[in-house]
Amino acid sequence: MSQHPQPSADAAHAGATGAPAQAAAVQPAAAQAGAHARPVLEIAGLTAHIAGQQVVEDVSFSVPATGITALLGRNGVGKTSTIKAVIGLISRTGSVTLDGERIDKEPTFKIIRRGVGYVPEDREVFSKLTVAENLRLAERDASPRRQLVEELFPDLLKRASQMAGTLSGGQQQMVSLARALLNENKLLLIDEPTKGLAPKIVQEVAETLERAAETVPILLVEQNLQVVRQLAAGAVVLSGGRVVHTTASALEFLDNEDLTQRLLGVHADAGHGEDAAAGHGEDTDAGHGENAEAGHGEAAAPANTQTNPNGAQK
Amino acid sequence: MSTIVLLTVTGLGLGALYFLVASGLSLIYGLMGVLNFAHGSFLTLGAFAGWEFARRAGADNWWTFLGSLLVGAVVGALFAAFTEFVLIRKLYERHIEQVLVTVGLSLASVALFDGIWGTDTIHISGPEWFRETTGILGAQISNDRFVAIIAAVLVLLGLVFFLKRTRYGMIIRAGVESRSMVTALGIDVRKAFTLVFAIGGAAAGLGGVLASHYFQYVSPLLGGSLLIFAFIVTVIGGLGSLTGAAIASVVVALLQQFANFYLNGTGDFVVVVALALVLLFRPSGLLGRKS
Amino acid sequence: MTTSKTDPQSEAQPAAAGSASAGETAVGAGQRPRKAKHDGGAAAGGRSLLTWGAGGAGVVLLALLPLLNLSLPGVLPGPTYTPGSLQLLAMCMLMAAAALSYHLLLGVTGLLSFGHALYFGAGVYGLGVILDTFDIPLLPAMGLTLLLVIVLAHVVGAVGLRVTGIPFAMVTLAFAEAGHVLVGRNPGQATGGEEGLTLATENLPEALLGVANTRNLYWLALIVLLVVFAVVTWVQYSRAGHVAAAVRENELRVRVIGVQPYLVKLLVFVVGGVLASAVGMVYLLLQSGAVPRSLSADFTITLLVMVVLGGVGSRWGAIIGGVFYTLLDQRLTALAQSEAIAGLPDILRIPLSEPLFILGTLFILVVLFLPGGITGAVHRATLSRGQRRQAAARQRQALENAE
Ligand SMILES: Nc1ncnc2c1ncn2[C@@H]1O[C@H](COP(=O)(O)OP(=O)(O)O)[C@@H](O)[C@H]1O
Ligand SMILES: [Mg+2]
Repeated sequence: MSQHPQPSADAAHAGATGAPAQAAAVQPAAAQAGAHARPVLEIAGLTAHIAGQQVVEDVSFSVPATGITALLGRNGVGKTSTIKAVIGLISRTGSVTLDGERIDKEPTFKIIRRGVGYVPEDREVFSKLTVAENLRLAERDASPRRQLVEELFPDLLKRASQMAGTLSGGQQQMVSLARALLNENKLLLIDEPTKGLAPKIVQEVAETLERAAETVPILLVEQNLQVVRQLAAGAVVLSGGRVVHTTASALEFLDNEDLTQRLLGVHADAGHGEDAAAGHGEDTDAGHGENAEAGHGEAAAPANTQTNPNGAQK
Repeated sequence: MSTIVLLTVTGLGLGALYFLVASGLSLIYGLMGVLNFAHGSFLTLGAFAGWEFARRAGADNWWTFLGSLLVGAVVGALFAAFTEFVLIRKLYERHIEQVLVTVGLSLASVALFDGIWGTDTIHISGPEWFRETTGILGAQISNDRFVAIIAAVLVLLGLVFFLKRTRYGMIIRAGVESRSMVTALGIDVRKAFTLVFAIGGAAAGLGGVLASHYFQYVSPLLGGSLLIFAFIVTVIGGLGSLTGAAIASVVVALLQQFANFYLNGTGDFVVVVALALVLLFRPSGLLGRKS
Repeated sequence: MTTSKTDPQSEAQPAAAGSASAGETAVGAGQRPRKAKHDGGAAAGGRSLLTWGAGGAGVVLLALLPLLNLSLPGVLPGPTYTPGSLQLLAMCMLMAAAALSYHLLLGVTGLLSFGHALYFGAGVYGLGVILDTFDIPLLPAMGLTLLLVIVLAHVVGAVGLRVTGIPFAMVTLAFAEAGHVLVGRNPGQATGGEEGLTLATENLPEALLGVANTRNLYWLALIVLLVVFAVVTWVQYSRAGHVAAAVRENELRVRVIGVQPYLVKLLVFVVGGVLASAVGMVYLLLQSGAVPRSLSADFTITLLVMVVLGGVGSRWGAIIGGVFYTLLDQRLTALAQSEAIAGLPDILRIPLSEPLFILGTLFILVVLFLPGGITGAVHRATLSRGQRRQAAARQRQALENAE
């Protein structure tokens, strides 16, 4: 069985196109996970609008019950919107299942209370509340894990009575992460936690995530591909509000220069230093021109990558 | 000198009334994005309820007065909570429609007050002391001014305490910054909505009873006339800012009093000009956040 | 071995769009839903022709009414040629025209103004005061009034449009209230204060005076309605109107493509104000006087109620709302004074004898349960169930965009 179940329609197509059987998939990351664990989050046919504009379109993928799954794609492809649609921050249709239970009709606060930790893009700490208040507001459980948070972010303890708006970007990110880690969660949704942070802080955040992932699965939006390399097991790639690629091995995806060039517009392996900066820039516009042609490069894809015309639009 | 003192204290009294209306308006707008046109009706109903109570219990007694304040506040709070629960909540996050509903409620309720209590103003009386004056620096100041000022200061302190020290206060402050992020922490922000409405309604109801003593009458139009200035106060102070509302209440009321006296009755225009100036140079108000 | 899949086709399209700017991509993503809307519009093309035909026939009928002897018991006080009925019908048309001018702000541009009465009132009082003060004929007096209103609307618009959404509503309200208070204060004995102003008739043409000439005023009101309708239609379908509509749907997107929404909004604001003042001038003639209420927030709210009752975003809605509200108000006032009501117990008598209570309640119910107002409900009645739900959602959206 695949560790990373495909939506049934896709599977049917995969068969029809004679792609390699998924059943053959065996992967290292899966080994520890217990092969029969059901995905913690299953998304099928998710569609969402913002201001009358479709920003997520028929998105289907699932997040395994362990480890970090990366949600990748260029700027503006709908990563943030997908996450917001999952927890109902923007109106959506389609099916979302958390740990076997449908949550797509529930209001945001109930979804969160089911055990979802959300770390939004741009941190969104309450700037006029103190650090302590920001954390207290996030406490849902009867016995929140204050100790863990103090251990992970000793800095925050010192600044408990400081207004969160006066913290540095990195410190605000710590507050935002701490808010999610205070509670026992089934899943963390983390949106660009390293955005705009200095390299040293990026590494700290990455280590925190790695540690958190030991106990809870994470769906991580991350532009810094080096961090993705370091952390992610599987990956889902979006383009134009749609899923264009899913893989159970983020590494393999990132190593495929052709694919990353086409789908992310960057050379994933072009030096691990500058790469981070490139991923963060408004976009690597230079790469865009070639993309249309690059789209034909599927022949170059490795044998274990299946193509799937199913998602094609009129 | 005595004129200035008189104008200042009278202005502060009026500012106190503005604040009691504007504080609720500003909190409601800050948290929910709703411009509450029915807020004047909360005030009017509070004023009538207080008057009905005082009329039955003997108006010239201090206990009755305190009782009427309580009755006004409770009635205002209930009316407001009812409004939120029955009308506003159905239109969650649809702000324009929420405004429209409060407009309709304001129309309907003022008409209903007309029907119940008549369109004529009703003169009211309170404890003897209200009609007496106190001399400050040579100015003889009607005592009801002090009552309004003290009540408004107490309400301000109470609100600050509530916002700073209680969990719901914290939720409200956070919600003013980002409603969606509050829900994304697993908090049912709608409970805070009802609460803010109730608090705003209580302050308005209290303000209604005090206003009826300040102006010495009640009428179905009492709320509407104060509401417009309260709107101006909230815009000048910065929508969503309680401190801004407090400062702007005082500034607007003082401007109005002084202009009325020294610039022959142009107080209302000076206030509108002040509003225009604030908008030209600080569109988000004195203490408002950038939109 | 790893299982992964790539979907080249679905990716190819956005990637091609990606060669343009990021802003373009955002617009591109929005194209599909918008196209659907256009398709609906094309299908409605036949119906729209029908609407125009019916409209033309309606205008002819309206123009002939003063010459006919038709009765509408329960709606009109007498046969259509009688002054009483003509007066009421003229009032309906003026209110419809005023509602149309408000539609230009709320329905087309998404500006929620609470100060529209200022311009209507400026027309009423401007003309009234000028006729009273200066010895000039009607047309120059009207021209002068229009000039004043244009200046006024520019000033208020320029300041008010520095903010958007709810703050804009509050600011326009404040300015209108200043006007309301000013008129009530009776500066220089010019406005008559709370009592109001009586129309000075010395320089008016004979044909507009006296009860016997009500039908001339009726025709004048009809002309005003047609002119306002034509101007609103023209603005709505002009380039500025399209930008205004785009601003309503997504101001950010308009900024991205490099258009200044401010100037377009100011233009619409001024045109709306001028139209309202034109209606106000005829209102003065029809009523032979002015009262401060025509400048009050209450009057703006009346316009708002008309537009919402009729259906936000639709010109016919504004017209229907204006007529419906005026007739209903008139009937309810008559009802309030009727004996049948006086005999009821208090709990029924008090609410029923307050027309505004009933209208306010009706308004709340429409907002809560009838998105798109009367025209929206009629429109939905002609659709299938699935389409109906979509239409309701779209009509809700029309209001939400007004922010
Ligand atoms: N508040 C908004 N209003 C209008 N469009 C938006 C808004 N937020 C996002 N979008 C659009 O939605 C699309 C997806 O955005 P987003 O989910 O933020 O992308 P990502 O997180 O992948 O960068 C973009 O085209 C963006 O322009
Ligand atoms: Mg994003």
